[in-house]
Amino acid sequence: MSEVIVVTSGKGGVGKSTTTANLGVGLAMRGKKVVLIDTDTGLRNLDLLLGLENRIMYDLIDVVEGRVEIKKALVRHKKYENLQLLPTSQVKDKSAVNPADLMALCDELRKEYDFVIIDCPAGIEQGFQTAIAGADTAIVVTMPEVSAVRDADKIIGELGRSEKDNIKLIINRIRPAMVDSGEMMDMDDINDILAIKCIGQVPDDIKVVTSANRGEPVVGDNDSQAGKAYENIVGRLLGEDIPFMEFEKEGFFKKLMKAFKLSKD
Amino acid sequence: MLDSLKRIFGNEKSGKVAKKRLQMVLIQDRASVSPEVMAKLRDDIIQVISKYMVIDKTDMEISLESVDDSVALVANIPVQNMRHHK
Ligand SMILES: Nc1ncnc2c1ncn2[C@@H]1O[C@H](COP(=O)(O)OP(=O)(O)OP(=O)(O)O)[C@@H](O)[C@H]1O
Ligand SMILES: [Mg+2]
Repeated sequence: MSEVIVVTSGKGGVGKSTTTANLGVGLAMRGKKVVLIDTDTGLRNLDLLLGLENRIMYDLIDVVEGRVEIKKALVRHKKYENLQLLPTSQVKDKSAVNPADLMALCDELRKEYDFVIIDCPAGIEQGFQTAIAGADTAIVVTMPEVSAVRDADKIIGELGRSEKDNIKLIINRIRPAMVDSGEMMDMDDINDILAIKCIGQVPDDIKVVTSANRGEPVVGDNDSQAGKAYENIVGRLLGEDIPFMEFEKEGFFKKLMKAFKLSKD
Repeated sequence: MLDSLKRIFGNEKSGKVAKKRLQMVLIQDRASVSPEVMAKLRDDIIQVISKYMVIDKTDMEISLESVDDSVALVANIPVQNMRHHK
């Protein structure tokens, strides 16, 4: 049983590509055969997040226009052989790929892979319609901020109108200290507003940035709260019943330790 | 309006304010992207009311309006006659 998942958001910059990279690596670590497709043509990034930017020969456009076979365009991950990336083109216009192309591609890849994960461009234009076309499941990524949540609601509506009813939510860049002081919406608030099943809450974590710098998604890193959160999401995607984690907060005790230099971070 | 907003949101934490504002704006957003739903609602309202009164369908108006911290479904339906009831 294979699953085609599209990672989408509406608002840009909320963490779609980061989520795609982490779920891809996380599922591969669990032994699944995974292919990631970057559909953000003209603004490709997934290659960079996975550390594969120097290995690209062909791209999505070459495949849909029939210049190369899918197999030739796939880039194998350095560490996880069961993880492949289909990058997109950095130049050609967004209308080069249409929904029917992507649907056909997903159906082809479905035969060989356990998971096909599609990184969607921001917005609700043609690129979005193309990205969602072949998907069984949509993961909507949002942030606990008014504009990101509003745009997520818009996307959820669009997905419904396209008959995509299996929708899951990831809330990214939560700041636990702000939630604690009541200055940021929490998972329950966003659940009340959007009424979509939440499969993960990922804290704001500098390790997301430093790991992106190195081209190694944070998911394997157990010292990172975000890494742990992505690992949990991977488990939930595999059908495991994993409770939501409590975020570590910089409480009074830790601050005191820091003041006396007893804690290294 | 501004004053009452201040009264309502004033000493509340911004997280709760965000939630309330979103809940309100999304009612409007969802209604505006699906005019079909509003049209169906209109037809259903006409059907129900017509059991009791004769109304002017062409002049009736229904809309969602924000009033302070809530959204109201506002209907303006000219009544031409009342039906007899046993
Ligand atoms: N949990 C997090 N903690 C800290 N930084 C994060 C987190 N998630 C994402 N970021 C940062 O936010 C930025 C945007 O992330 P990303 O590129 O994944 O978003 P996107 O939704 O794919 O953007 P676009 O709409 O442009 O494709 C990046 O710099 C990334 O490192
Ligand atoms: Mg992206």
